[in-house]
Amino acid sequence: MNVLEFSALIGLGSLLAGFLGALTGLGGGVVIVPLLTLAFHVDIRYAIGASLVSVIATSSGAAAAYVREGYSNIRIGMFLETATTVGALVGAAIALHVSGDSIAVVFGLVLLYSALLSRRHRVEHGDHLPSSKLAAQLRLGGSYPTDEGKQSYNVRGVPAGYSLMFGAGVLSGLLGIGSGAVKVLAMDQAMKIPFKVSTTTSNFMIGVTAAASAGLYLRRGYIAPGLAMPVMLGVLAGSLIGARVLVKARVKVLRYLFAAVIVVLGFEMIYNGVTGRL
Amino acid sequence: MSSHNWNDQRIESVIGILLRTGVFLAASVVTIGAVVYLARHGHEVINYTAFHGEPRDLEGLGAIVYGALRGSGRSIIQFGLLLLIATPVVRVAFSAVGFAIERDYLYVATTLFVLAILLYSLLYA
Repeated sequence: MNVLEFSALIGLGSLLAGFLGALTGLGGGVVIVPLLTLAFHVDIRYAIGASLVSVIATSSGAAAAYVREGYSNIRIGMFLETATTVGALVGAAIALHVSGDSIAVVFGLVLLYSALLSRRHRVEHGDHLPSSKLAAQLRLGGSYPTDEGKQSYNVRGVPAGYSLMFGAGVLSGLLGIGSGAVKVLAMDQAMKIPFKVSTTTSNFMIGVTAAASAGLYLRRGYIAPGLAMPVMLGVLAGSLIGARVLVKARVKVLRYLFAAVIVVLGFEMIYNGVTGRL
Repeated sequence: MSSHNWNDQRIESVIGILLRTGVFLAASVVTIGAVVYLARHGHEVINYTAFHGEPRDLEGLGAIVYGALRGSGRSIIQFGLLLLIATPVVRVAFSAVGFAIERDYLYVATTLFVLAILLYSLLYA
């Protein structure tokens, strides 16, 4: 395959991944590494570098839109970024010292887990319990727009959320993904932050988390421009189109389909990792 | 309380514009690099099956800028990617300024910590 064909195919695949990721809310980043390694036999280290770059692009591109709507909470985001960025550096440092095959196995497990998470029902927390002492000291509470006007919310479970965020950072740095699923879990489940605020703040944080390990990857030669170029442009274009098209009626079926694809890719990554084919 | 929220909103809207501009700029530079790279190397055979790292001139900041100025397609792409990675870093730096205007020193410190980690990764790690 020559450079032109290779770039065109990868660009198309990335476009589709970004499109489906934005449409289903599952993120395109998780399928980029399997796509590159399984279909194009790219070394997993180059794949992670390219994926990380595309994650920054989609996060920053989408955050610009969310920020205007007033859902994201920059205090929560910044406070938790102290955990995710340190985690991302740790994750990237681990990646430098372990084999591609073991990374593939971890990747597969994370894929299976995120497909599982996507099936969970989303419940808005209706309770109005006060903020915990720590959350109050950090002034993490806030308000967000709803149909019935501005709704304020309180925050709890800071230590649990913070630890989960560190884990999300490690996974992001190790695998070159956004770890949006774990970030939302930390905020929505552990810290009882409203779902809409959790997802948008998570998106906001993904770019900063990914940038923490991207610098290290760039300096270690993991980011190959010829590969990262079609991936970044493809995913970015796909996610921007996906965010516009968002046809609510079909999304449910698409979510199931995309989750099924993720499950298959997860098993495939684990199989290839265990048998040492990557 | 309300003025503090109002400020948060303003900071966030500037951050939104900043992120959008950064991504647009980075994507444009990468596209220019792509055109140069594909025009020159489009018919070469390539594979990324084996990892061997990128050459030194695509790793260091100074080397990337030097290569991009010389007109190398891959260096221009890499420079665009560098702009992309720098976008969240600039947004964190801007948040620090925003919190300082609000005199929220706890969050100025928090933000500077995040900024330090990002700069460490980009420059020293």
